[in-house]
Parts: sequence; structure tokens; C-alpha cells
Amino acid sequence: MMRALLLCAALAFAGVAVAVDTTPPLADPLLQQRYYELTHELRCMQCQNEALADSSASLAADLRVQVHELLLAGQSDDQIRDHMVARYGEFILFRPRMSWRNAWLWGAPALLMLVGAIIGWRVLRARSRLVASEEAGSDGESLEL
Amino acid sequence: MNRFLLPLAGFVLLLVVLLVGLKRAPDKSILPSPLIGKPVPQFTLPNLFDDTKPVSSESLKGRWLLVNVWGTWCVECRAEHQVLLQIKQQARVPILGIDWKDQNEDAMAWLAQLGNPYERVATDRDGRVAIDWGVYGAPESFLISPAGTVVYKHIGAMTEQVWQSEFLPRVNAPAGTAAPPASPLSAAGASGRGA
Repeated sequence: MMRALLLCAALAFAGVAVAVDTTPPLADPLLQQRYYELTHELRCMQCQNEALADSSASLAADLRVQVHELLLAGQSDDQIRDHMVARYGEFILFRPRMSWRNAWLWGAPALLMLVGAIIGWRVLRARSRLVASEEAGSDGESLEL
Repeated sequence: MNRFLLPLAGFVLLLVVLLVGLKRAPDKSILPSPLIGKPVPQFTLPNLFDDTKPVSSESLKGRWLLVNVWGTWCVECRAEHQVLLQIKQQARVPILGIDWKDQNEDAMAWLAQLGNPYERVATDRDGRVAIDWGVYGAPESFLISPAGTVVYKHIGAMTEQVWQSEFLPRVNAPAGTAAPPASPLSAAGASGRGA
């Protein structure tokens, strides 16, 4: 009995769960696939941490319609991304593009790995020398630790 | 003593980075507009008060103009309305309203009740033009130069303070005809002096 009630409750809300995107699907399955991908990688500017596809904000609905129309107009994915970036800035892309302005973000992991490797290598070298011989030598500063 | 120095320096550095991050966190809701320094987006919209005279982007040129995106459904627009009326009274910069995703009757009733600060009101019923302007929440206010360039954008309710410190100095800064790309820079300097 309880289980049936729960099921009814769940079913009652199932419609709400899928009804966010009310833009009619595109007839061409390939276009619809691109629509799906684009609306999932473009940000809803009103509710910043949701994708266009998931957002119930009215602006997100407008932007979904625009993606839909641009696809029908034969624009490429990149053209549609550029269209959005020209209006809302890079922030609308969930996957930021590489540029000189954010190059340090992309480079930082590699740089930190390099720094870590150098430190690790120096520590290991110092320890192995400590074990191998009693003479401290020039790298004594780290041995005093 | 010496061996604590490096970790301590690292810790302080981390602290500074986190503090700066915390300080700047509220700015996340205010995003820079890619339109700054660019010509206003092309549009033609119906005129709320005169069906025979649509509002076009061409008609924005020739003088300084404040473009205010609003709607009767927008709570903050009510909050900024008094400030817009004051700006109208100053008669320095005319205001063009873009009534965004709204009903004509509602907009008319709102302006009749609260007063009309706008020189003209364009009606954007399907929100297409607002998207071209990069609007993501009302109210938003744009400062347009006589050359038809977007010079500054303010997101959220207009206040007396924002008008005095961000908008007016930009209008006052270039004497006569200023090159559009240079005006944001010179205006920034002017606002620094004024503050």
C-alpha cells in the first residue's frame, strides 16, 4: 500500500522533472543531438550554475529557442558559441576556451607538478647522500632539517 | 627559526589568495559585458506610446543616452524608479526604456502610477533584442555615447551614487567629440578624480 502511494507521488512529479525544456525537438536527429549538446554546455546567465537545458529561467528558455533557430539556420556549433559569447562573454561557456588571459589557469597544473617534482627530487637526493656518507657537503642546509 | 620561514610564507600567501577570493566573490553576479566599446546592437522595436514611430538603434545616436532595461514584473525596477525620475529632472541625459518581456497595459499603468522617466519606451515582447544586448536580469542600464557606442553598463538598480560616480563622469569627461574606444579609459580617470 505504502509503496503504491509512493509510486503515485513519484509519478505525479515525473512530469515536472522533464518539462523544463519546452522547445519543440528538431526533426533532424543530428541537429537534435547538437541542440542537446549545445544547450548542455552553455550556461544559464540568470542562474549561473545551471546549463541552458536544465534551467527553468525565462532567459534560458529564450536562449534555447535561439540555439534552436540558429541550428535550423545552418550555423555551425562554433558559430553558435561565438554568437552567445559576443553577447554574454566567455562566461556563458561551461568549457572555457584557451586564451592568453586564462593561459595561467591551463598552465598552472603542469607548473605545480614541475615544482613538486623538483622539490621531491632534491629531498630524495639529500636523503640518499645522508645515508651514503657522513660528509654534509654544500647541500647541508636541507640536511640540518 | 629559518625552517619555519618558508612554510609560513606559503601560508601567508595562501591566506592572501583566499582573502582576495572572498572579497571578490560577490562580484560573480556582476559580469563584464563584451559590448563595452562596441556599437549598440542593431534593432527596431515598437514604441509603447506611438505605434507609428518604432524605436531603432539608428535613432540612439547624436547625444549621450541612458538605455534602461526594465519590466513591471521586476522588483528592483520599482526600487530604482525614483532615481530614474531624478535623472530625468536633471535633464542631462535622456533615458530610453526597453520594456522587457512585459505587457503594454501593465507598462502603461506602471508609468501612469509611478511617473514616466523615459523619453521613449521600446517594447521587447519576446526578449530577442535584450539577448542581443546581453541582458540577463533587469534592471540593467547602458550608457551610450553620441557616436552610438556602449560606454558603460550597470547591472542592478540604478542608484544616485552609481549615477554620480560611474555615469556622469563618463558623460563629462570627453569635451566635444571623443574617439569612442578612448572614452572608457579617459572616463575611468575622471571618475577616479571625482571620487
